[in-house]
Amino acid sequence: MSSLPDLVSTRSRGRLADEAFRIASLLAGLAILVVLVLIAVTMLHSAWPAFREAGLSFFTSREWVPNEGKFGALAFIFGTGVVATIAVAVAVPISVGIALFVTEVAPTRLRVVVVSVMDLLAGIPSVVFGLWGILVLAPNIVDVYDAVSRGVNPIPVLSELFNGTQTGRSFFTAGLILAVMITPIITSVTREVFATVPRNDKDGALALGATRWEMVKGVVFPHSVGGMVGATMLGLGRAMGETIAVALVVGSTPQITANLFSSGDTMPSVIAFQFGEAAGTHRAALVALGVTLFAMTIVVNVAARMIVGRVDLRMRGAV
Amino acid sequence: MSTAAIPAPSLQATDTSRSRKLRNHLATGFIWATFLAAALPLAFIVFYVVRAGMRLFSYDFLVTNIPIISAQPGPGMAPAVVGTLLITGAATAIAVPLGVLGAVYLNEYGRRGALATFIRLMTDVMSGVPSVVMGLFIYTIWVLRYGLSGFAGALALACLMLPIIVRTSEEMLRLVPAGLREASAALGCRTWRTTVRIVLPAALPGIVSGAMLAVARAAGETAPLLFTIGVVSKPNTSLFGANTALSAQIFKNAQVPFPAAQDRAWAAALTLILLVFVLTLAARVVSARFARK
Repeated sequence: MSSLPDLVSTRSRGRLADEAFRIASLLAGLAILVVLVLIAVTMLHSAWPAFREAGLSFFTSREWVPNEGKFGALAFIFGTGVVATIAVAVAVPISVGIALFVTEVAPTRLRVVVVSVMDLLAGIPSVVFGLWGILVLAPNIVDVYDAVSRGVNPIPVLSELFNGTQTGRSFFTAGLILAVMITPIITSVTREVFATVPRNDKDGALALGATRWEMVKGVVFPHSVGGMVGATMLGLGRAMGETIAVALVVGSTPQITANLFSSGDTMPSVIAFQFGEAAGTHRAALVALGVTLFAMTIVVNVAARMIVGRVDLRMRGAV
Repeated sequence: MSTAAIPAPSLQATDTSRSRKLRNHLATGFIWATFLAAALPLAFIVFYVVRAGMRLFSYDFLVTNIPIISAQPGPGMAPAVVGTLLITGAATAIAVPLGVLGAVYLNEYGRRGALATFIRLMTDVMSGVPSVVMGLFIYTIWVLRYGLSGFAGALALACLMLPIIVRTSEEMLRLVPAGLREASAALGCRTWRTTVRIVLPAALPGIVSGAMLAVARAAGETAPLLFTIGVVSKPNTSLFGANTALSAQIFKNAQVPFPAAQDRAWAAALTLILLVFVLTLAARVVSARFARK
């Protein structure tokens, strides 16, 4: 630390420096806005030819044949939705369970282990998940899928949903991998929300003779519903935008089918695979997919933040 | 609430019925199972990456060029190691100063104002932008004009890191006691000196650990690099000109049917995971030291 006279300055040079620093930091803050505006403007601009050519059929047609100039994104939008839904459906119960494990069940020493496991999972790069998925999981899960298909064959709806697979690369495999990838983020938000449940409420329920599970159902869940919804949507946003892991295991076959075990394709995945070789309208159409994805994730994320933020406020206001 | 009507509770056996007990046990069992459901995939993945990665991982692997024919067996990821370090390093050099300065604005100047609140919301929006979209963005704004380069990849990664660094740095700045700022102001320091000499040093360990986590995440990113950096088979130590990265090489080799290429992918994955974990560990150590203070 420097001595006092060195720190104190009354000369006008100091005022100038003060103002310069304020402006520099303001500019840095504005950089975020500038980048976002640039993303929106440049991408809309380069996607425009595709939107103009395909019109509304960009969103309603399922035909994506670059050589014939047909660009219908429906199959990719469908795939993104299906894969993200599977991921969330698998990840949310698991994440809520882990969050409860940490806050209510686990012995203190195990808590540290759980948190480390989550941090490690969050630290594994998406491409490594993809590598494992394509070389290890997909080839080995075919038998499981076949067994499930045979098992549900007589049941009306399920037999449509789980109708056999060829390579193991499918909507469902991608959904499973994504579920593992989004579990850490959902868990950490849910855990924070659970931690805000007042000790007194929980003790009160237990003192009234509730079992631990009844206490969780009666006190923790009602108190945390908003936060859990927000956490789910954050996970959904992640799942929709995830590219590389999904690209490797989804099978890259754009199709709209009820069979979750069949190959499909998603918006990020087709961008990753086709953009390198695309030109002209094809390239514009891929950027248009990016714009669509961008818009979808913004809606989901902003909604999630607002829900989490409102819950946060209520928690602080309460007690 | 009146307590008169409540009969004296039995202090001996609890009246918890069988089905309530059973349900409690089932729920507890499920909660334990969820922990395993997350731990098992991690164990599997780490096990496979280490086992398959060790087949090729060695010092040679890190310093040999990538074979041009992908069916050819043997080591070589040197260009990707150089590329990952170079691109991630450049991204850090762009994103960290900008992000920390942005956080200074939010916490020291903007505070609860409308502009700061809006920037915070937009930071959250930006952290939700899919990485592949960031790649498209840099492609349209930079690569179309100046061509593929490591620098373009660094720009894309910097865009991904920026919101994370702004948010974590702001959290850390918020933890600095207001008393420090007031004391400094009372001694006649201007805001900028207070910020640079008092507030930032106090928050530094937390900022560093947040930045390291962002770097770790950026180092593993693939999608933003796919159409920004191109590909090379010899190390390129310049930020300009085409480059390659570990993540991009894993992605490429994972799709190739040759075992030799797949082996290189596994070993590259091991390298990448080691790199990410070292960074994460360093972040932990730094923030642990911070917590002790």
